Amino acid sequence: MVARNKSTPIPIVNTMNREYRLIAFGVLAVVIIIALPQLGGTGLPRQLSDLFVFISIATMWNLLSGYAGMVSVGQQGWIGLGSYATIVIADDLGASLFVSVFLAGIFTALVSIPTSWVVFRLRAGYFAIGTWVVAEVFQLLVSSSTGWLGGGAGRSLASIRGFVRSTSPETFALTTYYVAAAIAVLSIIVVYSLMRSRVGLGLTAIRDSESGAASLGVNTTRLKLIAYVVAAGMTGIAGGIIAVMSINVRPDAAFSVQWTAFMIFITVIGGIGSIEGPIIGAVLFYFIRNQLSSYGEWSFIVLGVIAVVMMLVAPRGIWGLIQQRTHFEIFPIRRLMPRRLLMENTPSTGEAP
Amino acid sequence: MDLGIDRIINMLVQGVLLGGLYVLYGTGLSLIFGVMRLVNLAHGDFIVLSAYISLILAGFGVNPLISIVIVVPVMFVLGLPLQRFVLNRTLGKGIMPPLLITFGLSVIIQNALQLGFSADTQGLDAGALETASITITPSLSIGLMPLLTFVIAIAVLIGLQVFFRRTRLGRAFRATSDDPEAAEMMGINSRHVYALAMGLSLAIVAIAGILLGVRTNFAPALGPARLLLAFETVIIGGLGSIWGTLAGGIILGLAQTIGAQINPAYFQLSGHLVTLLVLVFRPTGLFAVTRDK
Repeated sequence: MVARNKSTPIPIVNTMNREYRLIAFGVLAVVIIIALPQLGGTGLPRQLSDLFVFISIATMWNLLSGYAGMVSVGQQGWIGLGSYATIVIADDLGASLFVSVFLAGIFTALVSIPTSWVVFRLRAGYFAIGTWVVAEVFQLLVSSSTGWLGGGAGRSLASIRGFVRSTSPETFALTTYYVAAAIAVLSIIVVYSLMRSRVGLGLTAIRDSESGAASLGVNTTRLKLIAYVVAAGMTGIAGGIIAVMSINVRPDAAFSVQWTAFMIFITVIGGIGSIEGPIIGAVLFYFIRNQLSSYGEWSFIVLGVIAVVMMLVAPRGIWGLIQQRTHFEIFPIRRLMPRRLLMENTPSTGEAP
Repeated sequence: MDLGIDRIINMLVQGVLLGGLYVLYGTGLSLIFGVMRLVNLAHGDFIVLSAYISLILAGFGVNPLISIVIVVPVMFVLGLPLQRFVLNRTLGKGIMPPLLITFGLSVIIQNALQLGFSADTQGLDAGALETASITITPSLSIGLMPLLTFVIAIAVLIGLQVFFRRTRLGRAFRATSDDPEAAEMMGINSRHVYALAMGLSLAIVAIAGILLGVRTNFAPALGPARLLLAFETVIIGGLGSIWGTLAGGIILGLAQTIGAQINPAYFQLSGHLVTLLVLVFRPTGLFAVTRDK
C-alpha cells in the first residue's frame, strides 16, 4: 500500500488534462454531422438518422447495463411508448412535431417511475425478463386501444403532413436528421455528465457489487432509479424520432424486442461499459446491417453468432481491445491518480499501480 | 354474458389444466436458476425448437407423443455441450455474459427455425387422442390432452422431488446450489453438475415443447412469449420451490382463462398483471425457497 501524506489528500478525479481530446472529438463530431448531408443525395439524411438512433438507444442501454449493471431486455417498451406518446402529443394535443419528440421522453421517464417499483423487486436475470414483461404489457395495452391508438394496425403521425406542407420534404428530412443527431449527442452528454459525477461513481460501484456499494453508504436504490429513469426518458425520445422517421407506428414493430437486440449487439460489439463502445458499435452495426440486409434470417444468425463469440472472447468489445493496447480514450471518465502524485507515491520497488 | 355455474367450473378446470403446461415451462427455467443462478433467455426458444424436432420426426411417421422418447434425450445431450463449452466459460464473470449469450442464442434459434421451416405456423398431430375428451356432466367435458399434460407435469415434479431428495446426484445438485466451493471440496465437479443441470432442464423443455405443439399451433417467433410464461410461473410460485412452481402455473393458467372470459384480448394481459401484482405485494413469490444471492 502507498502511504498517503495527510496534508495533501489525493483527488479522485483529475481528468482536466485529458479533456482536450474530448473537445477535439466534439468539434470533429459537429463538423461531420453538419458536413455529411452535403455529401450525398436526398436519401442520405434519412439513412444517417438511423445511425443516430442506434447511437442513442445503445448509449442508453449501456448506461443501464454496462454502467449500472441492470441488464434490460425491455427497452423496446420505452421506444414503443415514446413513439405513441409523440403521436398523441403532436396530433391530439397539438404540440409542434419535434417538440413532441422530446415531450414524449418526459412522458416515458414519468411512466418508468411506477414501473421501477415492480422491476426493482427482481435481480439480475429475472430483472431482465421482468423488464420484458413490462414492455409486453405496454404493447398489449396499446394494441387493445383499437379506436384511439388504432389497435394492431397502428396509427400514423399525421402532423408530419402538416410539417411537410408548410416547409418541404427536403426540410423535413434534414430537420429529422439534425434532431436525430442532437438526440444522439444529448444521450452521450447525459451519460458522460452522469459518469463524471458522484452518481456515476456510485453506479459503477453497484455494478461491481451491489451489497458492497450499499455497505459503503451508496444509496443504491436512488442511483439505480436515476439510471433507470434517465434511460427510459432518453430511449423514449429516441422512440419519438423513430415515429417521425417511420410515419406509421404499429405496436408489433414499435414494441419489437428486436430494438433491444440491436442495442445489445451494438454495445457488445463496440464495448460494454464505455462511452466510446456504443458509438463504434453503432457505426459498425449500421454498415453490417446495410451489407447483410438482403440475406434475411442469415443476417440475424450472423449478428447473433458475432455477439456470442465476442462475449466469450473479448467481453469488453472492440473498444476494450483498443484500450488494452493503446490506453487511448476520448471520454475521460475513469478515475486516475494525477501523475504528479503517482510519482511521489510510487514505492521504490517501482511497481506501477 | 351467461355465467352459469357449469360455465364457471368449466373455465376453472380449463385454467388449471392450462397451468400444467406452464408448470413444464417454468420447471426447466427454475431448475438451472436454482442450481447455478443462471437465467436462460433462450429457454422459450428451446421449447419451440423441441416442437420442431418432433415435427421433423412426424415427417417419418412418428406420433408426437411417441417422439418424446427421442426428443427428450436429444435435448438433454444438446444441453451438455451448451453448458460445458459455452455457458460454463462465463461463470463467475458477473451476470452479464450468460444473459447476453443466451439472448444471442435466442436470436440465433429463432432465425434458424425461420430459415428451415419458414415463419408459417405448424402443428403436431397426435391423432385421435388430441380431440378425445372425458364427459363429466353434459356441460363439462375435459380434454384428454390437457389432462394428460397436467398429469405429466405433476409426474415431472414428483420425479424431480425424488431425484433431489433421494439420489446421490440429486444431493450433488443441492450441494452445488448451496455452495459450489464447499461441494468441490467434497469431490463434486461443479462444472459437470452444471452441464447435467442444463441437460435436465432441456429434457423437461422437450416434453413441454411437444405438448405445446400438440395443443396449439407454433411458429419460430413464439419462443420469447414461452420464456415470459415460464418466468411468470416461477415468479408467482416463488424461486426454487418445486411445488410453488405448480401453484404458479395453475394461478397463471387461471388468470389467463378468467381474463379471456372477460375479453378475449385480455388473455395474455391478465397473466402479466397477476405476475406484476405478485411482484409488488409478495416479491419473493408465494412459496419461495431459493435465496437469490
